[in-house]
Amino acid sequence: MDTTAVQTPQSLTPKDFATDQEVRWCPGCGDYSILKQVQTVMPTLGIPRENIVIISGIGCSSRFPYYMNTYGMHSIHGRATAIASGLKACRPELSVWIVTGDGDGLSIGAGHMVHILRRNFDVNILLFNNQIYGLTKGQYSPTSEENKITKSTPYGSIDHPFNPAALALGADATFVARSMDRDPKHLQDMLKRAHAHKGASFLEIYQNCNIFNDGAFEIFTEKATKADETIFLEHGKPLLFGAQRNKGIRLDGLKPVVVSLDEGYSADDLWIHDEHDLYKAQMLVRLFDDPSVEGHFPRPFGVFYEAQRPSYEELMQQQIEAATGKYGVGDLDKLLAGSETWTIY
Amino acid sequence: MSTQTTVQQLRDVVIKFAGDSGDGMQLTGMQFTNNTALLGIDLSTFPDFPAEIRAPQGTLPGVSGFQLHFSSDPVYTPGDSCDVLVAMNAAALKANLKSLKKGGIIIANTDGFDAKNLRLANYPEGVNPLTDGSLDGYIVYEIDITKLTREALKDVDLGMKEKDRAKNMFVLGFLYWLYDRKMESTIHFLQEKFAKKPLILEGNLKALHAGYNYGDTTEAFTTRYRVERAKMPRGTYRSITGNQALALGLIAASQKSGLPLFLGSYPITPASDILHELSKHKNFGVRTFQAEDEIAGISSAIGASYGGCMGVTTTSGPGMALKTEAMGLAVMLEIPLLIIDIQRGGPSTGLPTKTEQSDLLQAYYGRNGECPMPVIAAATPSDCFSAVYEAFRIAVQYMTPVIFLSDGYIANGAEPWRFPKAADLPPIEVKFKTQLDEGEEKFMPYQRDERYVRPWAVPGTPGLEHRIGGLEKQHITGNVSYDPDNHQLMVKLRQAKVDAVADDIPLQTLDSGPESGDLLVLGWGSTYGAIKGAVKSLQQQGYAVAHAHLRYLRPFPKNLGEILRNYKQVLIPEINNGQLIKIIRDQFLIDAKGYHKIMGIPITKSELEEHIKSLLG
Ligand code: SF4
Repeated sequence: MDTTAVQTPQSLTPKDFATDQEVRWCPGCGDYSILKQVQTVMPTLGIPRENIVIISGIGCSSRFPYYMNTYGMHSIHGRATAIASGLKACRPELSVWIVTGDGDGLSIGAGHMVHILRRNFDVNILLFNNQIYGLTKGQYSPTSEENKITKSTPYGSIDHPFNPAALALGADATFVARSMDRDPKHLQDMLKRAHAHKGASFLEIYQNCNIFNDGAFEIFTEKATKADETIFLEHGKPLLFGAQRNKGIRLDGLKPVVVSLDEGYSADDLWIHDEHDLYKAQMLVRLFDDPSVEGHFPRPFGVFYEAQRPSYEELMQQQIEAATGKYGVGDLDKLLAGSETWTIY
Repeated sequence: MSTQTTVQQLRDVVIKFAGDSGDGMQLTGMQFTNNTALLGIDLSTFPDFPAEIRAPQGTLPGVSGFQLHFSSDPVYTPGDSCDVLVAMNAAALKANLKSLKKGGIIIANTDGFDAKNLRLANYPEGVNPLTDGSLDGYIVYEIDITKLTREALKDVDLGMKEKDRAKNMFVLGFLYWLYDRKMESTIHFLQEKFAKKPLILEGNLKALHAGYNYGDTTEAFTTRYRVERAKMPRGTYRSITGNQALALGLIAASQKSGLPLFLGSYPITPASDILHELSKHKNFGVRTFQAEDEIAGISSAIGASYGGCMGVTTTSGPGMALKTEAMGLAVMLEIPLLIIDIQRGGPSTGLPTKTEQSDLLQAYYGRNGECPMPVIAAATPSDCFSAVYEAFRIAVQYMTPVIFLSDGYIANGAEPWRFPKAADLPPIEVKFKTQLDEGEEKFMPYQRDERYVRPWAVPGTPGLEHRIGGLEKQHITGNVSYDPDNHQLMVKLRQAKVDAVADDIPLQTLDSGPESGDLLVLGWGSTYGAIKGAVKSLQQQGYAVAHAHLRYLRPFPKNLGEILRNYKQVLIPEINNGQLIKIIRDQFLIDAKGYHKIMGIPITKSELEEHIKSLLG
């Protein structure tokens, strides 16, 4: 089918991406900010609105498609990634965005998540991580911290949580990044980066659920602690952090250590971030300490890793073209006859 | 060379090839089948293999069989019992002797009846059926196939194991001699298959010829048999299995509708061959996606349909169970989708390689909520082609998922097929919505036409951006709605749409028999051949018995109720514990009787005939 007619999008504004549907998230929910950043970024990407598809599963975050004036599907729990795979296989020219959460994408849908990443469909996966089940009113999720008291864990959770970025990297994702609802500028940058990447982009977004898990990421997002508790990764730049920008992470052999620039180290001694270095990326995603523990590392945000690998749909298309080149466009009569026939007169 | 042989004409033969699952009996059977088909002889096959790829060698569970029925008369089934049994070992004989006709021929590989094989087949110590007189009522040809094959291959530079693997070609060669055949079809097949392995090719060809010559030169064999071609309708034929026909039907429908075909599938017996077949035909633009699980199989197909392709998923019973939630989504989204279930014995893992009409109730009712969708079933291997073509048409023209039911028996069975010309296939019209109509301000994704069908607007179409999903839709706008009246309306509308398909399918006809009478046999799916054979035989004996076979199971053809009421009794034979019968009783309030065989094997013509006679008193 031909729906690919190239057309220059007339200049769109964020308002063009809003729908007439009343937004139904709880007041104060981090989802509002994410929606706003996506609506802000979309017009800048140069994609005709009709070529954008947003597919979600089930959960608070998955209501997202209703609020975006693009094509969209609010599907079933955990399966957005699988649905997007089929869509993208057939319609490679579409810009496909998957909106999922920690329950949808890492619990019921974890199986599909790792497969879409390894196959490297050219899609953008936005994983809203609020470390809780919101829609079902407050059970712990696969990213909830150990000992968490929730409705389903009155004695504290004994589940060891996933580290989403490490999981994505372990599944050979070609783009792994982290951002947060409370940093609009950074989130917009990451959305743009995710879009620009050709292949499966995995963007984890820390999102505050102010009803069931308020303040889960406060230490990373609030002014008083943010500078000391986070580290913002930039390609080619040293791993510097701290309110005074006087702390950094240095590699002591294969061991990352926090050092102070006031104690004889210079920026040149620090770990220089290289987005294309898989080995270092594997260490970076592991900087995932509990911030309440003495001597913990700051939590990294930004692009951990980016690599180029052909997308699934590209390879699929190539095989179709190669087969067509070799055997010619399929001839139905020949196919129906097969190789051996007999005739009765 | 023996000059004493005479050639005897036969009208009808059933051969069963049986051996260890490593003995290559399936291949031997298929080769003999093709050879038979190419002569214009009518046929039907029934492969029967163990669930394990290599079950313990020499044991009863390890026996793999291939039954071929060929005849100068029309053939409806692979045959209730066989005339010839090829037994490569003692277990193969033991497992199949009961289905050999009295006085039938046994071709026994004596090497497979040594002490070890006899023990593995659970014969008591010291008992050998070849020597104890228990086979006196049969014609037994004892051939040391292993030894003769090794001898024939003594100059070929292959290991003993590889030489022994050519045994099945010796058997095939011998049967070609016995049935007065030419061997070209198999010679060509081998040349192609082993083009890159010249030694193996040489070994196989030598064994094949040795088998043939063995018949020719051994004085013991004095009679050869010939079955003349059948009187089949004029035309060009090929041999086809159900799964092949299904794959071709999908490609044909894709070509005729202009909708690219996408298959999302997870390997499962006995459906995997469809995935294999379709994955070959990329030059028809076919996209096959081996998903990570059954759920991803159907979900990816939903994504493909949403994008304007024809999404198909193939599976068997356990996979159907896994796909149910996604089927509900497709019903809610109202997009075309084909769910193909090659049924097998259940529940749970059940009997993976055995046939059963296991999932009709699951297809009808097995989803949460009020979740109707059309259900269509194929009756024979070649019928899969046109039945799936029809399922495809209904899916795209009614914006609905459609369930297609086949089973292991149809899927693996083969029969001659008078294949159609591409140009003669009915067109499948597809309508996409490409823009707002005049006076339309905003796209209304759930605005229905007079058949209750909503428009298909695919991503990439400017001006029709919209959102759909699994939450209840508001009538017309498609917005999320929890309104009580709206839900009632939408449930009724989704049902009405599926019911409306009945206006667009042929009326039910009788396969044979009087328009009214003592008894109607109502069937669906793979019981077709057995019912047809039994009913025809009874008609010849003067009984007022008719046969109707359902392709459309949901909705039923509009005149079905009328037909059912024209007979004093209605019998519904099924390879399950009674599924169609429940639906028929429910919808038509008639006292239908059932005949249920749940043994993983087809109903035979003769048992059914007996049963019908008992009903008629
Ligand atoms: S429950 Fe939590 S995540 Fe869900 S909408 Fe409310 S605040 Fe947001």
